[in-house]
Amino acid sequence: MTEKIQFRIRRQDTPYSPAYWQTFQLPFREGLNVVSALMMIRQNPLTTDGMKVDPVAWEFNCMEEVCGACTMLINHRPMPACSTLVDTLQQPITLEPLSKFPVIRDLMVDRSRLFADLKRVRAWIEIDGAWDIHQGAPRISPEHWQDNYLYSRCMSCGSCLEACPQYAQTLPFVGAAALAAVRLMNNHPTGKYHRKQRLHAIMGEGGLSDCGNAQNCVQVCPKEIPLTTAIGELGRETTVQMLKDLFGSAD
Amino acid sequence: MSKPRKVIVVGGGLGGLWAALSVAEAGHQVQIFSLFEVKRSHSVCAQGGINACFDSKGERDSIWQHIVDTLKGGAYLANQPPVKSMCEDAPGLIQTFERMGVTFSRTAEGLLDLRLFGGVKHRRTLFAGASTGQQLLYGVDQEVRRQESLGRLRKFEWWEFLSLGLNQQGVCQGIIAMNLRTMEIKAFPSDAVILASGGMGQVYGHRSTNSTNSTGAAACRVYQQGAWFANTEFFQFHPTAMLGDDKTRLMSEAARGEGGRIWVPRDAQDRRRANQIPEQDRFYFLEEWYPSYGNTVPRDLASRAIWEVVHKLGLGVAGEAKVYLDLTHLNPGFIEQRLHAILDIYRKFHGTDPVHEPMEIYPSAHYAMGGLWVDFERDDTTGGIKHGSPRNHATNIPGLYACGECDYGYHGANRLGANSLLSASYSGRVAGESVANYLQGLQQGHPDSQDPIYSSEIKHQQGVNRQLINNQGEENPYQLHRELGELMSSQVGVVRDNQTLSNAIESLRTLQQRSRNIDLQERNSWSNQGLAYARQLQEMIRLGEVIAASALHRDECRGAHYKPEFELKLPENASAGDPAYETYRNHWKAQNQNWLKTTIAKQTDWGPQIDYQAVDLSVLAPEEPRDYR
Ligand SMILES: Cc1cc2nc3c(=O)[nH]c(=O)nc-3n(C[C@H](O)[C@H](O)[C@H](O)COP(=O)(O)OP(=O)(O)OC[C@H]3O[C@@H](n4cnc5c(N)ncnc54)[C@H](O)[C@@H]3O)c2cc1C
Ligand code: SF4
Ligand code: FES
Repeated sequence: MTEKIQFRIRRQDTPYSPAYWQTFQLPFREGLNVVSALMMIRQNPLTTDGMKVDPVAWEFNCMEEVCGACTMLINHRPMPACSTLVDTLQQPITLEPLSKFPVIRDLMVDRSRLFADLKRVRAWIEIDGAWDIHQGAPRISPEHWQDNYLYSRCMSCGSCLEACPQYAQTLPFVGAAALAAVRLMNNHPTGKYHRKQRLHAIMGEGGLSDCGNAQNCVQVCPKEIPLTTAIGELGRETTVQMLKDLFGSAD
Repeated sequence: MSKPRKVIVVGGGLGGLWAALSVAEAGHQVQIFSLFEVKRSHSVCAQGGINACFDSKGERDSIWQHIVDTLKGGAYLANQPPVKSMCEDAPGLIQTFERMGVTFSRTAEGLLDLRLFGGVKHRRTLFAGASTGQQLLYGVDQEVRRQESLGRLRKFEWWEFLSLGLNQQGVCQGIIAMNLRTMEIKAFPSDAVILASGGMGQVYGHRSTNSTNSTGAAACRVYQQGAWFANTEFFQFHPTAMLGDDKTRLMSEAARGEGGRIWVPRDAQDRRRANQIPEQDRFYFLEEWYPSYGNTVPRDLASRAIWEVVHKLGLGVAGEAKVYLDLTHLNPGFIEQRLHAILDIYRKFHGTDPVHEPMEIYPSAHYAMGGLWVDFERDDTTGGIKHGSPRNHATNIPGLYACGECDYGYHGANRLGANSLLSASYSGRVAGESVANYLQGLQQGHPDSQDPIYSSEIKHQQGVNRQLINNQGEENPYQLHRELGELMSSQVGVVRDNQTLSNAIESLRTLQQRSRNIDLQERNSWSNQGLAYARQLQEMIRLGEVIAASALHRDECRGAHYKPEFELKLPENASAGDPAYETYRNHWKAQNQNWLKTTIAKQTDWGPQIDYQAVDLSVLAPEEPRDYR
């Protein structure tokens, strides 16, 4: 391992200003991750040319790869910066903001569309109210639980959307994360009562049929969520739903 | 129902989202403010679980036992009616989470599974894989999103709460907040405010398990506007945190609950790898010192035992401040399933595999039992709180409520593991109900945003920004935060003494001075993270002083607050009925006479003023000292 590590960071002062690159050098330390490296840089933001610059802005919070805040392009791949150890990376290490979302500043992007799409696909269980009704939900077998749990760990980081050729600010496709949320809600014992509405929400424009089956999403998801399995399952379900809609089945 | 009013909730963790839901369901307009998307709140970090008595493991667990464990675990310092109601309502709360779609782990029969957690003898902890907090938060987040889609609720994410709008009578009528992108400062009038801004672990800098945004700054801001802090000297140090210099990462208590063992080599000079050290050369100190609880003793005992082994006995692994947490004797498949998240974190951040090699851990600042003082109203017929009373979770500022980790409500001098996801959620629900009733009694709505109560406060806050931006001092805010963390963990940490605490207060004042002499090193006025950070830093230092002053004043050992000088030692080999034990019990009762009281800190020009308040002991009289042998 080299004693020094180099970061090439794509900077942008505001959403409307041009991007530019700066290089920073740091001493290597055992166990250093990308967020802790950025913390060192912000404490003393000096480029390799010896220029004193503004600290790099980026998002982070949990530092345990569970909040989804710190995702950025690390050597051109979307990754959570807090759990990416520097010594697993090729140098110089390139850091860029996710490219599928509007840049706010430096490595910060605006991912609000991701949350808007959760609304669009109705990713919730309809309950009467959050008050106590003196009973829970129906039982769930351990196997069924295990399947659902895989999906419930989605932390809305946006990596799957970044990697998807069909996902862009100019295109309506909701992307894998929202689809996986539909898969999850539709498999809850009472969530399935509103299966049809959710399926309809992904049957129109920007829905499931916009998926180009590139399968990039599943490869970059840091939570190893079986996104393509969900998309496959939904494909079958929407087909059935379409037939039901056509022939006016009772469901 | 009364006229719909407007309510602001500051914070979108479990506490804030629950509060928002219950206010929205009562028909009022809600605005949620958060530093970032609420789904990323610190609550997602909780791995281990949430307590509620379901008694489904054939152990004759009971709600009463949950109440007793919580009260005794907290060394009787918590007001008892709220604890009673929380434990009673816990199972219903869990069922509501279940209805929201939370993926709780299941038994073979498809029921909610339970696990054992530190400090108790019954399995009472529900869990969702190893990411319970994440799953719980997502459950409420989904419901909030639904309310949002119905137009009952609006989110202001990337807005930082700066201060309250208080009218002439001192009634809270909204907030002043800063847009973290444009840095614009704006007033948001409302009829009530619920503060749910979470914990304050960052006062201990990187020596905390908390998220980087758990600064306590918001609570400290309302403290400066007259709200009281209570019991801030009680800070829980989690015994099993993985070391790191960006943050210490928690290895959940579940690791001990599922059979993890803590040990050090018996010989301080032993430099063999852990796996090569035979059983007889290992010192399983928790099992030796506390035979009946062993590795599942409550957190404070575990933290101090580790501190003692390292600092008094000099037995830290490889001469450093760390001990082993060992899972290697357990079935790999079993722990992989039960403790996946912990294993994952350790592998990711440390590079070794806990299935094959013991983890290296040390205590780290984890949970603030203290926080903003909040009221409650007792229902004499039930012994619990009077449900719906507008006094529940009200701070001493009219119209300002607090819930979640930023209040001081339920944990007394020490929190039981898995009780705070419960208190955060429960207190959110209660605060929401109580605000709805407060609004019913309101004669008048808030003034409009042009009112001088807001504009003068906006001006003041703009001044704070200007001063920080223009300042060309020589101090670096990030460096100061590191120093604050070192200072707090070494001098206001696991073990305390008065001389050191007095020194700490002096040093904190120096730090406060230095924090006014900052250079932000940042010219870009857009999304200026340094500015927000510097503002929070000043609050954290102030909070540090509140904690240190409260600790200095309390001359006893209670729960997480440990001053050896005042320790009452449990007589060895004596149990209830023995003369030695009864003498001890009498001393313990005498100590309660002096010190079983709530610490109240009030802001004054010369620093925190410390007062005390009686504790409501109407549920369980303090007759039995804690005894975990
Ligand atoms: C690593 C770890 C593991 C844990 N594990 C467990 C466990 O297993 N079981 C258990 O019971 N408890 C556990 N806890 C404790 C528990 O997670 C917390 O006490 C609880 O989640 C706190 O919830 P909250 O809603 O009060 O705050 P948080 O979830 O911290 O939310 C705070 C909110 O306030 C907002 N906010 C803060 N300041 C401002 C401001 N100035 N302006 C606007 N918004 C602001 C933030 O944006 C955020 O939305 C754990 C804690 C840690 C650190
Ligand atoms: S599915 Fe995976 S990659 Fe996509 S947002 Fe969720 S966690 Fe991130
Ligand atoms: S900081 Fe939360 S995922 Fe990296």
